[in-house]
Amino acid sequence: MADITLKVNGTTREGSPEARKTLADFLRDDLDLTGTHVGCEHGVCGACTVIVDGRPVRSCLMLAVQAAGSEVTTIEGLATDGGLGTLQQAMWDSHSFQCGFCTPGFVMQATAFLAVHPDAGEQQIREALSGNICRCTGYQSIIDGVLLAAERSRER
Amino acid sequence: MKLPPVEYEAPTTTAEAVDLLAEYVDEASVLAGGQSLIPLLALRLARPAVLIDINGIDELSGVSAADGWVRIGAMTREYMAEESEVVADSVPLLAAALPFIGHEAIRTRGTIGGSLAHADPAAELPAVARALDAEFVVRGPSGERVIPAEEWFEGYLTTSRRPDELLVEVRFPAATKGTGVSFQEVARRHGDFAIVGLAVSLVLSGGVISDARLAFAGVSYVPVRAAAAEELLAGQRPSAELFDEAARLATGDIDPPADLHGTSEYRKTVAAAIVRRGLRAAADNARERQ
Repeated sequence: MADITLKVNGTTREGSPEARKTLADFLRDDLDLTGTHVGCEHGVCGACTVIVDGRPVRSCLMLAVQAAGSEVTTIEGLATDGGLGTLQQAMWDSHSFQCGFCTPGFVMQATAFLAVHPDAGEQQIREALSGNICRCTGYQSIIDGVLLAAERSRER
Repeated sequence: MKLPPVEYEAPTTTAEAVDLLAEYVDEASVLAGGQSLIPLLALRLARPAVLIDINGIDELSGVSAADGWVRIGAMTREYMAEESEVVADSVPLLAAALPFIGHEAIRTRGTIGGSLAHADPAAELPAVARALDAEFVVRGPSGERVIPAEEWFEGYLTTSRRPDELLVEVRFPAATKGTGVSFQEVARRHGDFAIVGLAVSLVLSGGVISDARLAFAGVSYVPVRAAAAEELLAGQRPSAELFDEAARLATGDIDPPADLHGTSEYRKTVAAAIVRRGLRAAADNARERQ
């Protein structure tokens, strides 16, 4: 057990996870942030993607103790004032999701990507999302949603 | 699956890490980016008693150039190398290979030293290191030693690093004028391990190839140089016929493993195709960079 302090969605949080506990399990079990989904648990599916210090990370491939001192953003940190953010709204409008299991991972990966590449086109978006697996949609509606979000952000 | 219980040490200096390795030796696994080791723990393919986490050792991270070499600290993240101007200018083959590694989120955590110490023969960086004759600096209880890439890769996931040694730095020779590079990879999906991959570096002087380096990923238990093809290419002018012959020589004596992604024969066919493709791209790149 190690005492750690980190920032999650802007709030300072503390915990004492075992060394073997992944950041994903720490967020879900210790901090009750169950929006981060755990799929394959070995870094293949992308469902557990969160943002750590500004970059996308697979939270099942990082230990909770390694996040000490970091700033972590999870899916719960995106909604502003209880409403949907630009990306979330655009994905809603594009019917980007069906069962929703992969959703948090896609949204976090796309959030991290659009923050750095606001002018990204379809090919770049496909590449950026290539590490996330969806078993329902066939991906097209997800790409449409991210493209729509990029477009709306540029119009502002 | 969840990780099994494991002791955890987080040194903040290289000296401390080396002391810990000397204490635990093969009871310990060194945790760098963790993008391969954590899955190995989850799947119980690795069962170390202790993890020595080197993520807190700042002195192991960074890229610098001097005396014709680019030195990359073992803990330098793959995305940092991807964004490095020094790497782009002086080790263009490494820059070309980096985007093929996993996916963006993997490269956030994954490290140059970690990938090379893990030594997966289907991975990109081992092929690059082998093609360029990189050097590996390891530190142990009796000090540092430098291991050439040719001696570094000993077998499947096995290097010549001794259990009490820590990989601290990887050195790549800076590309000379006239160098053209290409990294080629065929995989089922982008980001997957290569069915076959190829690192190519050519030097063109006055329209003639003065140096050719080719190293395969995914055709054996270690990255493999295509020595016969390299010999053929040296001193010749690039042409489609020459590259066809190089592809024949490069794949003549390889015997790739078969798995669910492809038979051995299929891998040989793909290997020949990417030799031709890689040589064309590297020759074009050399002309562009002149």
